[in-house]
Amino acid sequence: MSRRQGLFRLLPHPLLTPALAVVWLLLVNSAAPGQIVLGLLLGWALPLFTLRFWPERVRIHSVPALLRFIAVVLYDILVANLNVARLILGRPDSLRPAFVEVPLELKTDLAISLLANTITLTPGTVSASLGEDRRVLLVHALDAPDPAGLVAEIKSRYEAPLKEIFEAC
Amino acid sequence: METLLDALLAFLVLTGAVFTFIGSLGLARLRDFYTRLHGPTKATTLGVGSLLIASAIYFSTRGDGVSLHEVLVTLFLFITAPVSGHLLAKAALHLRMKSLTPPPRDPS
Repeated sequence: MSRRQGLFRLLPHPLLTPALAVVWLLLVNSAAPGQIVLGLLLGWALPLFTLRFWPERVRIHSVPALLRFIAVVLYDILVANLNVARLILGRPDSLRPAFVEVPLELKTDLAISLLANTITLTPGTVSASLGEDRRVLLVHALDAPDPAGLVAEIKSRYEAPLKEIFEAC
Repeated sequence: METLLDALLAFLVLTGAVFTFIGSLGLARLRDFYTRLHGPTKATTLGVGSLLIASAIYFSTRGDGVSLHEVLVTLFLFITAPVSGHLLAKAALHLRMKSLTPPPRDPS
């Protein structure tokens, strides 16, 4: 066993460890040294126990792209919430709901889950089903006068950045 | 300064309440299962979001120390809400719920 593999076995998800430690510190709402040690310990142990859920290693290729993506999503949540509120308060009979199929270019599980979550969080669209072969995501849109435009927007606005962040070649 | 802060908090709490209400109202006003899914999964993101920001500001300025529990609540909410929405939609597709627009093909 090479040194690298040994390290991988000990610390399968280097990014998850600090993230879990921070979540622990937020949960106890304290930054006492003891809590930091306990948080790091949990951050080290939990990934080992849950390894079977995360067989592949997560790599973030571009931090600026990640930050930009988060900003875009937060902004979209704000704007789209106003849109949905307007649609609900308006005349529900004039809505044009539609199912659209988004062909996926993403390959990794994490990126696909994040895309599905993002689609649901941004109002007006709910991800409904992922095809067996993971090539197509079925999305329900509350009001989609232009389904093809919606697919193009999802692909350029959310999928492309996610691809850049997690799967840059 | 105090009044300004109060005004900001009142604005955030009211915005939160209004959006949460509109989200729930969607349940009553929309026509089929799939469109109803949209109300609770989103109008609530902004609603609960502004309530949590108000809570964080309030307890950080009046209580002792910075209150960051709210960040965690937001995080968990943003992770779990879409998952439950997705599963509800999947179950509805499986049961072939009455829909305003037909699903494109059998989702199996």
